[in-house]
Amino acid sequence: MKTELTVNGVSRDLDLDPRVTLLDALRHHLHMTGTKKGCDHGQCGACTVLVNGRRINSCLTLAVMHEGDQVETVESLGSPEAPNPLQEAFISCDGFQCGYCTPGQLMSATAMLEEAKEGWPSHVSESLSNPGTLSDAEIAERMSGNLCRCSAYPGIRQAIARTQGDAGGKS
Amino acid sequence: MRSFDYRRADSLAAAREGLGEAAQIIAGGTNLLDLMKLQVMTPKQLLDINRVPGLREITETENGLKIGALVSNSDLAADPRIRSDYPVLARAILAGASGQIRNKATTGGNFLQRTRCPYFYDTSMACNKRQPGSSCTAIGGISRMTAILGVSEHCIAAHPSDMAVAMRALDARLDVADATGDVRQVGMDELYCLPGERPDIETTLAPDDIITAVHLPQKQSGAVHVYRKVRDRASYAFALVSVAAIVTRREQRIATAALAFGGIGSRPWRNSEVDEMLAGEVPGEPLFAAAADRLLAEARTEEGNAFKTRLTRRTMISVLREATGLEPASVGTDRVEESAA
Amino acid sequence: MNDRFKMDEAQPRLLDSTGQGIIGTEMDRPDGRLKVCGAAPYAAEFAADRMAHGVLVRATVSKGRVLALNDESIREMPGFLGLFHDGTMLRNSAQGMAGEAPVQPGLRVDYHGQSVAVVVAETFEQARDAAQQLAVRFEAAEEVEVDPETAEAIELDEDSSEQFGDLEAAMAEAVHTVDSVYTTPGHVSAAMEPHASLAEWHEGNLSLHGSYQMLRFNKKELADSLGVDADRVRILAPFVGGGFGSKLGIGAEAVAAAVAARELDRPVRVVMARQQVFDCVLRRTETRQRLRLAADEDGRLSGVGHEDRISQLPEESFGEPTATATHFMYGGKNRLYRKEIARIHRTPSGSVRAPGEAVGMLGLEGAMDELAEVCGIDPVELRLRNIPDTHPETGKPYSSRSLAECLKQGASQFGWENRPAAGSRREGQWYIGCGVASAARSNSLVRADARVTLSADGAIVETDLTDIGTGSYAILTQIAAEMLGLPASKVTTRLGDTDLPGASGSGGSFGAGSTGSAVFLAAKKIRARLAEKLGCDVDSLTLKDGVARGGNVEKPLRDLCVEPICEEAGITAGKLGDDYEQASFGAHFAEVAVHADSGEVRVRRMLGVFAAGRILNVKTARSQCIGGMVWGIGSALMEELGHDPRTGHIITRDLANYHIASNADVPLIDVHFIEERDDQSNPIQSKAIGELSISGAGAAVVNAIYNACGVRIRAFPATPDKVVAGLEALGL
Repeated sequence: MKTELTVNGVSRDLDLDPRVTLLDALRHHLHMTGTKKGCDHGQCGACTVLVNGRRINSCLTLAVMHEGDQVETVESLGSPEAPNPLQEAFISCDGFQCGYCTPGQLMSATAMLEEAKEGWPSHVSESLSNPGTLSDAEIAERMSGNLCRCSAYPGIRQAIARTQGDAGGKS
Repeated sequence: MRSFDYRRADSLAAAREGLGEAAQIIAGGTNLLDLMKLQVMTPKQLLDINRVPGLREITETENGLKIGALVSNSDLAADPRIRSDYPVLARAILAGASGQIRNKATTGGNFLQRTRCPYFYDTSMACNKRQPGSSCTAIGGISRMTAILGVSEHCIAAHPSDMAVAMRALDARLDVADATGDVRQVGMDELYCLPGERPDIETTLAPDDIITAVHLPQKQSGAVHVYRKVRDRASYAFALVSVAAIVTRREQRIATAALAFGGIGSRPWRNSEVDEMLAGEVPGEPLFAAAADRLLAEARTEEGNAFKTRLTRRTMISVLREATGLEPASVGTDRVEESAA
Repeated sequence: MNDRFKMDEAQPRLLDSTGQGIIGTEMDRPDGRLKVCGAAPYAAEFAADRMAHGVLVRATVSKGRVLALNDESIREMPGFLGLFHDGTMLRNSAQGMAGEAPVQPGLRVDYHGQSVAVVVAETFEQARDAAQQLAVRFEAAEEVEVDPETAEAIELDEDSSEQFGDLEAAMAEAVHTVDSVYTTPGHVSAAMEPHASLAEWHEGNLSLHGSYQMLRFNKKELADSLGVDADRVRILAPFVGGGFGSKLGIGAEAVAAAVAARELDRPVRVVMARQQVFDCVLRRTETRQRLRLAADEDGRLSGVGHEDRISQLPEESFGEPTATATHFMYGGKNRLYRKEIARIHRTPSGSVRAPGEAVGMLGLEGAMDELAEVCGIDPVELRLRNIPDTHPETGKPYSSRSLAECLKQGASQFGWENRPAAGSRREGQWYIGCGVASAARSNSLVRADARVTLSADGAIVETDLTDIGTGSYAILTQIAAEMLGLPASKVTTRLGDTDLPGASGSGGSFGAGSTGSAVFLAAKKIRARLAEKLGCDVDSLTLKDGVARGGNVEKPLRDLCVEPICEEAGITAGKLGDDYEQASFGAHFAEVAVHADSGEVRVRRMLGVFAAGRILNVKTARSQCIGGMVWGIGSALMEELGHDPRTGHIITRDLANYHIASNADVPLIDVHFIEERDDQSNPIQSKAIGELSISGAGAAVVNAIYNACGVRIRAFPATPDKVVAGLEALGL
């Protein structure tokens, strides 16, 4: 099935089996392997990408459903030569060990900070109408859709807290 | 995942026409694709309704609020009207899944998600829901996540939704379009079937029905809303038990109470007798205990889920204490104020 | 290599006198930038021309045989290339350091979930569909034992069963005793990267991109499984998405990929689905542990008993060494150990992070908390009183042991003296309490080789060690930079390729100490060559920031290595390993909140103080410790494999049903290190750290639950249902 995907601002024409998930389209067909497959069932968050600015599990959606959508992956954040501030903070806070969940964490955090800016509450917000600033507990709850078996959670939260405000910006 | 024919519908009419045999509508797809990958579900056709216009709005109506079926769980929980006037719904949604899944999952789809019973998910184990008549291996198996209310000897699967539990407490009504395009309303009390002898039949909807919207009744000023979810990890886990409660008070008495439960029922569970027992009474431990007894009177347990009676009882009483002001409110307990600013 | 250094005597602390100042610092991981950009390639991310995709097929009986397995049902499916199920299929992953093929049972099925075949097709979607639709007929045995508690086939593990003195008598005479049974469920590693292999053959030589921890052993295991010469096998694993034991030994997907690639004469990639990782990769056994402690009036131990029952498949050698730490932690001259192995048909067991200590210390440190309670002695003080002078069974000295310092410093930093009396502190609906536990993990040295090349451009470190997230890239870079007087940016570390010198592998917490020592020794040889070139005595040589100084001479380093200097070195365990009891130690402190109604537990604060010899990189070491402590939280509160009581097969076979800790379960954990050097362990004076911090961590959490609300959880994990049952038993 002919599908046009826009990934990181670049339009790509693909001919896909409708069964191909957005995740596998990225990894197997576009050879963009920054987005990871940890469980393939929406249970770990390693495959998190942004679609039209929102974070989703790319394993739980079909590529053919995303014609015309803006897909953003970890490759859009920064490069090894010029990582963005959130990526820098992950490095200095050691917000990862094996690194496999890291692209998903970064994409999730990038979108999460935008959600917080829009005033979205979370499960742990004392006030639904006015969730306030991102406390450590808020960051932890909002990042809980991204599992990390190395358990770098404290470093992940410190990195996010450090870049609050200007994180997610492209380098 | 089996091969299927994928089609995109740009209108409800087109969707209806395209609905062939063994077709499934795909909206968020977060549960459908999960199950298709395991070949638990094997539709021959997927009809993508994400581009159908008019299903992503939340609008105020004479009787309350109308939520389009394609409104994402995130958008619903973030909507200022939901947060202020229906906090139990916002809380329930935020207690479920993860930020990523809530962004993709839709309101309509959430009602229709399938059980997370691991025996349903594992095609090597017999399951009456997957294959009617094959037997239920969850009975006598690892049954921690199964139901204790509304179960049968053919199925003990629990309905996994948080959102639908709040919807049940809120007496939400669904707009359902049938094959001819006619729209009828289906109440939350009419939507789900009990498993009985046919656990594969989960709702009263026909195969070609499409949920198009959900209606919430007018807000109840002064009501206290609580959503409490007990689970095995602090986030991103299904409920062992969850309680949605909406309580209004008149002077020292409970005026009305609406309690719904997740994690313990074959469907989002509500027992009107429990609500009625509480209405008009002075809140207190003996009343709460009697209400819990009533709720759990028909519980049917397995070795692996027997703890749920105790856990449900304690959680329900804990929620009622906060809802009636006997205990200070903790996070998850909100009051609906007189007027939305 | 024939001239490996043997660790027979203590070595000078050279890393304390080199001048670069990079060793031990918080240097960022050199691989960090690749990882945060998604540019670090893991096994499934390599591709090859004409690559086909394979998907494993599992057995759906617990014991029996494959009766019919052919491609009739899937032959006509689009893209189908082949079905492979010859006698090479692995029953399960190899045990750590096996160095030979695991059991290859042919058509025999030993557990539900065993891989019996691989289906290969042009695309992943086609292969998955065909594998799922493949019709396989099995013959199931009429009776099969799947429960270790009821199994009839119980073996006494003689090697692990021994006694010193008379424990029964000690228990009878003691003023205070504890006699408790603790149980822990099965656990899995659940590394975030599922097992994956890409196999390619060229003229009889196999190249495999895999996700493995111990390449030197994996190469032999793979070759032996395939019946080829090990020299014809090369494994590459530059990045590994977590291991925790699950990738110690070659697994079913690697052999399946290699067989299919050979038969089809094209590259084949096989990636396990998450459920398959649960099914056929080694799990941690469940345990039942009886702990007996006998103590005098002052809480001094006169007896310690640790008996356990674990489970394993028939013909599988590994047995969880549950009582490892009990042997050397505390004194008491009457001691008894007894280990039973239930031979049952569940997914076989193997090493999962800190085999032995991780679960054994849940029992031991829980029992110590109980003893503190019955003695009326503070749990920190009780532990301090029972630290023996020498190994209580062998009489050997400890190589280094800062357990007391860890306990004392931890107590002070944590504010232990403010610990409330059990059940006395409440905030709203939450009971608050604190708990402590000791940490310990055995230290060892495993043969390792490495090569270091110094040229005008800088240094290159080469070894087949893997970095599974542990920080190998960082610490090997630091060791070479420190030894050669170079900034870290001038050192390149190449890992994860069996064409490089064979390392210890990453496992057993010995990777850094063993392979780090090999790098150290190779660099030391280079230092000798440089001294020679400079014309000075090696002891007077200083290398710093690319400048060599010695005698009265000073030269840019690059002038001394116009011709690159390449040295290889290796190390093996020696006499000191036998003469000294070697282990790392620490102390965990946890504060928890227990919900009075629902029994939910939240860890509010956690502190770990550890002593593990020289800390090579404080940042990566701290991350390792945090990781282990979080695993402790997981084992205390939620991790639990559920096996179907009839088939034994794993029901919690995905990440929704097997709960590992999420971000919201974890507080901002505090980790401190005690300055220590261990001269007996290795030439760089470091000790085991990767698995130290899981050991005991869960006990601190569960001991805190007791302090909070008076509920003693002995059946791990402390899920809400168990806490609630405990509260109700107390009338709460």
